[in-house]
Amino acid sequence: MAFATKSRTAAGRSTTPPGGGSPRRKRPLLGKNPFGLLLSAPYLIFVLAVFAYPLVFAFWMSLHDYFFAAPGADVDRPFVGLDNFREVLADPAIIRSFGNVGIFLLINVPLTVVLSLVLATALNKAVRFRTFLRVAYYVPYVTASVAVVGVWIFLFSGNGLVNQILGPLAPDPAWLINEDWAMPTIAIFVTWKGLGFFILLYLAALQNVSEELYEAASTDGAGKIRSFFSVTVPGVRPATVLVLLLSTVTGANLFTEPYLLTGGGGPNGASSSPVLMMYQRGIEQGSPDTAAAIGVILVIGVLILAFIQRKLAGGDES
Amino acid sequence: MSRGQNILRGVVLTVGALVFLFPFYYMVIGSLQATPDPTVAGAFPNPANLTLDNYGDINSRINLLQGLLNSGIFTGGVILCTVVFGVLVGYALAQLQWRGRGVTFALALLVQVVPFQLLMIPLYVMIARDYGLADNYLGMILPFAINSTAVIIFRQYFLQIPKELFDAARIDGAGELRILRRIALPLVRPALLTVVLLTFIGPWNEFLWPFLITKEASLQPLAVSLANYLSNVAATAANPFGAVLAGACVLAGPAVILFILFQRHFVSNNIGSGVKG
Repeated sequence: MAFATKSRTAAGRSTTPPGGGSPRRKRPLLGKNPFGLLLSAPYLIFVLAVFAYPLVFAFWMSLHDYFFAAPGADVDRPFVGLDNFREVLADPAIIRSFGNVGIFLLINVPLTVVLSLVLATALNKAVRFRTFLRVAYYVPYVTASVAVVGVWIFLFSGNGLVNQILGPLAPDPAWLINEDWAMPTIAIFVTWKGLGFFILLYLAALQNVSEELYEAASTDGAGKIRSFFSVTVPGVRPATVLVLLLSTVTGANLFTEPYLLTGGGGPNGASSSPVLMMYQRGIEQGSPDTAAAIGVILVIGVLILAFIQRKLAGGDES
Repeated sequence: MSRGQNILRGVVLTVGALVFLFPFYYMVIGSLQATPDPTVAGAFPNPANLTLDNYGDINSRINLLQGLLNSGIFTGGVILCTVVFGVLVGYALAQLQWRGRGVTFALALLVQVVPFQLLMIPLYVMIARDYGLADNYLGMILPFAINSTAVIIFRQYFLQIPKELFDAARIDGAGELRILRRIALPLVRPALLTVVLLTFIGPWNEFLWPFLITKEASLQPLAVSLANYLSNVAATAANPFGAVLAGACVLAGPAVILFILFQRHFVSNNIGSGVKG
């Protein structure tokens, strides 16, 4: 307490010039409150250390022959141009993993956008059991993938509950060990798991759609469904752009689900993902340069997709 | 007409909610079954088939308490760093005039679009190989220590507080440090809870990074040790599914309980503004 008082007077004297506002003094080098820079310095150092530097390192690594060496050992890591990229593009397993993510996104992204918008619209109007309903939809989002993966394996196994209910309609072999069904099952799992967050985004966006527009639509004789398409959907377009982007990025990051649900991308690599390949090539097989090249290609792919989505959804005003 | 539609909406929402909750219910039931019963009847509790053995079984394979403790240290460290950096930078961005403010804000927005998968390999090389921080709490926490979403939420929050409040304190002769401690920090309390809840979910559920960086079982967060159990040794347990589901309940429990208790604070507007920037 005494220390605080002392430091206050000391600091007070140094920052506020005596006599209050001496008019138009020369602007100090670090701005009016250099204290702000001091407060932000640790954050800025962290951004440089765990974001900027690794980012540059990733690109550098993808262009060099990089391998793990003993700490402190001085080894030569020659520049190899695009060799790592050539190696990646010639590897059918890696190409397949990119194709798998394509299948994943084709199922997951539209399903996420449609379901979260419809459910958010319904939740927005719901009066009764609002809390229960909200909790029900968000609980999968707050739970660890690792925890719910166990239940899904149990539910979708050969003689699991889903197949017991489906009876003769059940696919053979079962979902997660079936080459055609493994990736769609993972896509549905991820949709279920993440939907709560996207519902939350749409609920926030729905608060910004003016009630007058709905009234105007209903005086013009538009029904509920018509006003959903002509008022709600355009009204939440900025949120839709965001949901598209975030679900695409999440999909491109896919790792835990194929690693655990299908035992590392099985069967026959039908559910492998680029990040899974990065782990296998980079860390298990010790070629971080190849893994870095996969990462660079993946990020370029996501950027292209995001650009196309932005054009299509017309989110310029967001 | 409107009444009928209301009922229809209620039915759709309720059925949807039950579908969403069913795997959780099934997780709890499954964790209590002595022998796994995948039939439809197995979805209902059968007193003859209920047991707590699975919890003992999983606890003998992976030390649940140690796992929870590791998850707690990892999560706690991340939350602490996120809140400290977030409040300081958020306050500086919203209320102070200093050189580099614009650049810092732009950086906080930019950092959010850098995907983790691109940084994964270089971070692994740096942290595990160069700094020797594999199998170390610090190594786990480091990449998550700054959270730009939190910075933006706090900035947004401090922007709503009138500047005059801080100016008045300055005129009264309060130093910047005292203004931060006595005025800014007490005011930010409501935003604090939202940020803590939002941040909690990340590291508590994170699998990939701690999985890469910890090989020693006694240091692994519960998500990692449970996943290793699931992919390696589950087949050897008497009731592998029961044991896995028991572990899953222990892992999911804290997050679900915390969320249900504080779900009022998990409000859409805060999160929306945080993500949109």
